[in-house]
Amino acid sequence: MKLNERSVAHYATCDSPADHAGFLHKRVERHHHHHHHHHTTSYHRRWFILKGNLLFYFEDRESRDPLGLVVLEGCTVELCEAAEEFAFAIRFDDAGAKAYVLVADCQTAMEGWVKVLSRASFDYMRLVVRELEKQLEDVRKSLAACHKSPRKSSSGRKRHFSNPAMALVQEQPPILENGYSTWGSGYIPAGASCSDHDGGCSKPPPLPPRRRLAAGSGCGAPATGLSLTGQESPVSPETACFSKLHNWYGQEIAEIRREWLESQRSGEL
Amino acid sequence: MRYSERELLSLSRQPAEKAAEILMRAPKKGSVLKKRLVKLVVNFLFYFRTDEAEPIGALLLEHCKINKEEENVFSISFIEEPDRKYSFECDTEAQCQEWIEALRRASYEFMRRSLIFYRNEIQKMTGKDPLEQYGISEEARFQLGTRKL
Repeated sequence: MKLNERSVAHYATCDSPADHAGFLHKRVERHHHHHHHHHTTSYHRRWFILKGNLLFYFEDRESRDPLGLVVLEGCTVELCEAAEEFAFAIRFDDAGAKAYVLVADCQTAMEGWVKVLSRASFDYMRLVVRELEKQLEDVRKSLAACHKSPRKSSSGRKRHFSNPAMALVQEQPPILENGYSTWGSGYIPAGASCSDHDGGCSKPPPLPPRRRLAAGSGCGAPATGLSLTGQESPVSPETACFSKLHNWYGQEIAEIRREWLESQRSGEL
Repeated sequence: MRYSERELLSLSRQPAEKAAEILMRAPKKGSVLKKRLVKLVVNFLFYFRTDEAEPIGALLLEHCKINKEEENVFSISFIEEPDRKYSFECDTEAQCQEWIEALRRASYEFMRRSLIFYRNEIQKMTGKDPLEQYGISEEARFQLGTRKL
């Protein structure tokens, strides 16, 4: 099966931070041995880097290109009944996929790896994102409920923050890449070509679509079934630029929060 | 670079975020449009010959850019080679837009940014870190700001 290897290798080696890294001994598969009746296992010391749901390994720490890649989907990570101390295994639900036996240098290292690898799957990340998305909705609802002065109707307020992830996509200037972000939450990779994000939008992006609160959908993305039609603007029609909207809501939220904190302090509600 | 075909194969059999028969063209010069079954599973885009059960290939969708091209057409290019484009011609403009949206949200890195955004917002509004209850606030994966290892 073909794979866009050059791009994958680039992702592995570029400046984007790794989720975990370190040396591990990787067990060599038995059929690589030419000892017929010996079942001596041997190990290669490799430099491992975890990025997202991909575990890369390199011949050594300074290697320019990865030796190999493990796709951490549909697998479990468990401690291993091996002669070696600090051994653990990555095993796949698909019995036909070969397991990996890895050995760490010490107990702490082993525990660290088992923990991060167990949470490396795309689905796990998606679960956490959805949970936080829901929590943010709840927080905003409860803040709105605490908000006493009858300022504006709250009906329009929810929509724009309901899917900031989607809004971010709309906000990206044409050259911003999928995987690079410069809106302040993460790293700025060396050589990134996004230069004009700070100047605001080059053209007004479409308003973020309303997110449909799908209950318990299996593997659908949070924004399944979005439609870009029929969106009422929560602010005046001229405010089509996301960064302006973001600032506008930001002010309102800051104000609400201030009032809420004050009411908490004064022992009300 | 070594990778397990088996791992990719079993991933390609998982439920798809999105799947459709789309005309696809490889970046190679002189490539022609070919009808493929294109299937998005997590951050991989698999493509199959329409009558086959195993994918011919997979694209990891990290550090890539989804570009709108002419009518009904979008392309995928990767950061280190922005001129090398995989082209996809859909049946309708609506279908094209749906795929563009889905593919732009498909990367692990995109999800990570969303998570960091939500975490930050909740923390600003409540003063509490929402990840604490899960015992994962210290994980490198979820850190606000520049992450260092």
